[in-house]
Amino acid sequence: MIALLLRDLRIAFRAGGGFGLGLAFFLLVAVLVPLGVGPEGGTLARIAPGILWVGALLACLLSLDRIFALDFEDGSLDLLATAPIPLEGVVAVKALAHWLVTGLPLVIAAPVLGVLLHLPEAGYGWLVVSLLLGTPGLSAIGAFGAALTVGLKRGGLLLSLLVLPLYVPTLIFGAELVKRGAAGMAVQVPLLLLAGITLGAAALLPFASALALRINLR
Amino acid sequence: MSLWEYANPKKFTETTARVLPVVVPLAGACLLAGLIWGFFFTPEDYKQGSTVKILFLHVPAAMMAVNAWIMMLVASLVWIVRRHHVSALAAKAAAPVGMTFTLVALVTGALWGQPMWGTWWEWDPRLTSFLILFLFYLGYIALWQAVENPDTAADLTGVLCVVGSVFAVLSRYAVKFWNQGLHQDSTIMKVGEKDPLDPAYYWPLIFCLAGVVLMFVALVLLRTVTEIRLRRLAVIEAREKFE
Repeated sequence: MIALLLRDLRIAFRAGGGFGLGLAFFLLVAVLVPLGVGPEGGTLARIAPGILWVGALLACLLSLDRIFALDFEDGSLDLLATAPIPLEGVVAVKALAHWLVTGLPLVIAAPVLGVLLHLPEAGYGWLVVSLLLGTPGLSAIGAFGAALTVGLKRGGLLLSLLVLPLYVPTLIFGAELVKRGAAGMAVQVPLLLLAGITLGAAALLPFASALALRINLR
Repeated sequence: MSLWEYANPKKFTETTARVLPVVVPLAGACLLAGLIWGFFFTPEDYKQGSTVKILFLHVPAAMMAVNAWIMMLVASLVWIVRRHHVSALAAKAAAPVGMTFTLVALVTGALWGQPMWGTWWEWDPRLTSFLILFLFYLGYIALWQAVENPDTAADLTGVLCVVGSVFAVLSRYAVKFWNQGLHQDSTIMKVGEKDPLDPAYYWPLIFCLAGVVLMFVALVLLRTVTEIRLRRLAVIEAREKFE
């Protein structure tokens, strides 16, 4: 399983692997929104938590179809399905690799983009915490969507349509956590709920994803 | 005699042919009676005027929008566990009906909200969760259409329906947490409590609810039989090509 993780990471970091694409998209969102909304610091500060979370979510979405598509096309997914490690484990490892390549850079870059959007000072810590807690859940849910649509020729748009409604709870609690943190209010409730959703998704969804993959490989 | 006999497509089609001539007129009669009674023979509300009568379309549609999804969940589970094709086809047949009810509930809600709340749309928990439910229906139907092999499509949409249900419930609570709303609570079960539904509206509404439930049953039965026939037609065509 560690070998599989290293293999996925190597593929992603080499040329054409799509590493940094999500990060660039995230940066674009953070630049375009002030251009569209106007440069007033007060407005930007109020919408900053939401914009940063929506940007992170869309950046995550951008690279989802790569989780299984390449391996499905060249047949290595069939080999992985017959390998001695369970397919559920393969799914979990691939979701983890997706998070390391897409989610973790977003977490690290988010405070810098927070400066661009005049995020209040108290919010930075909570922004990092919320993304750190939330993005693994996004990867796990996304892997499920990718597993459902892996056999389709043009599954990209369908994948977004399937996954976005599933992202709603994570987005709400994540953005709420940053908003409350930035305003200096109590954050315990959204914090716990966000962590709960991510842990639940990471624990249960690999089983559903592996089921969907088995159906698609039949 | 068990319930699973109806998983046989032939038995299902025959029974449907016998049930439909009863259900369709009954649904029509209930709806007609409920709507005419509701629209023309109930008093106007002292605050809301005649707009209150949207109630007779809005409440049944909203109720069935959720119930249709629950029916799809049960049908999907039956398909996943017991592999009865009729069950998968029934789930497929119910999805567009449920989506239409969701849309009706949203549109009538907007028409009602404009004069009452002064806005067509409000990011209220109930409204938002119905919009999200609409997206779930859309994704479900799109996945059915995108996958070519019918058995693969049935399996994948079944998994999606089960996982989607969990997330739909989660979204419902998330959205409630996110915004306190304008929308009032359901009043139909509050008989005998304070602030109940006016008795003048109660019976027409019950007729409308019964009519919509019967209409849903009739539409789903009809559409399931159509799906079964389409499936048969595909088999016949494939066989002819082979010969």
